Amino acid sequence: MSEQVYFEDVQEGQEIPTLRQNCDSQRLVMWAAGSGDFYQIHYDKDFAQGNKLPDRIVHGALKHALLGRMLHEWVSDQGRVKRVACQYRGMDMVNEDVTCHGRVTKKYQQDGENIVELEVWTEDPKGQKTTPGTGVVSLPSRGQ
Amino acid sequence: MAEASVITDEMRAAIGKESKPATLEVDKTAVRMFARAVGYTDLIYYDEEYAKSKGYRSLLAPMGFLGHPIFRPDASFRPTYVAPFETPFKRVLNGGTDIEYYEPICAGDVLTSTTKIADIVERKGAMGTMLFIINETTCKNQEGRVVARFRGTLIHY
Repeated sequence: MSEQVYFEDVQEGQEIPTLRQNCDSQRLVMWAAGSGDFYQIHYDKDFAQGNKLPDRIVHGALKHALLGRMLHEWVSDQGRVKRVACQYRGMDMVNEDVTCHGRVTKKYQQDGENIVELEVWTEDPKGQKTTPGTGVVSLPSRGQ
Repeated sequence: MAEASVITDEMRAAIGKESKPATLEVDKTAVRMFARAVGYTDLIYYDEEYAKSKGYRSLLAPMGFLGHPIFRPDASFRPTYVAPFETPFKRVLNGGTDIEYYEPICAGDVLTSTTKIADIVERKGAMGTMLFIINETTCKNQEGRVVARFRGTLIHY
């Protein structure tokens, strides 16, 4: 895990460390087993092409989970990921890198918690935002 | 001239109706498999003693993992939610996911979920008319506390 980040150190507009994950067919099969989503467009090339897709596509929910992992690794041990929401606007293809990004949009205290809201998204290798969304995390305070 | 809506009275009537509860088990092996698939290296998802040292009851369930429904081979039993109406479309896309956690979910938890259709929206896009069905699932843990809320958008087109 990365070094602990504290609420006081975070500024609106700040970008958090990116997370890059290659999504090869093994990754997609692992996700199918882990999530229980066995729809064949994600691991059977013939089936995917029979559905008018150029090849197997990355599961949307895997991209959602990768955005969650990026936030988890950023907030570290003492932080917590409270919400991840995203829309699957563009397809990501098998064997390509999915790169997760996040930018702080708002920070505030609420009910004794230090809340940080972020804009999050994934990019494909061409730099297109395929999965825009939002995240909410809580962080520890240096004063507590 | 305005076209007729594809949203029928039957669809509108289905909005807000809660499904029967489903049971979702959060097992250690399943937590590890899910975490591995996402590429996590944090041991709170793999090593129970380590997770306990960080204050969790057992392995933490990673973001996106709300347990697995209990699989049964008899086709009459459907643990996953199915909309109680037909749409005029053949294809379905996953449009989006929104998961909010209120409390940590850990291995060993048994969740009870109910699902309802939160909204149905019709949009004209590049692929013609599309129907967005937003499902909302609420998960309670074995102590009856709401631990997570899942909203999923399915696009029928």
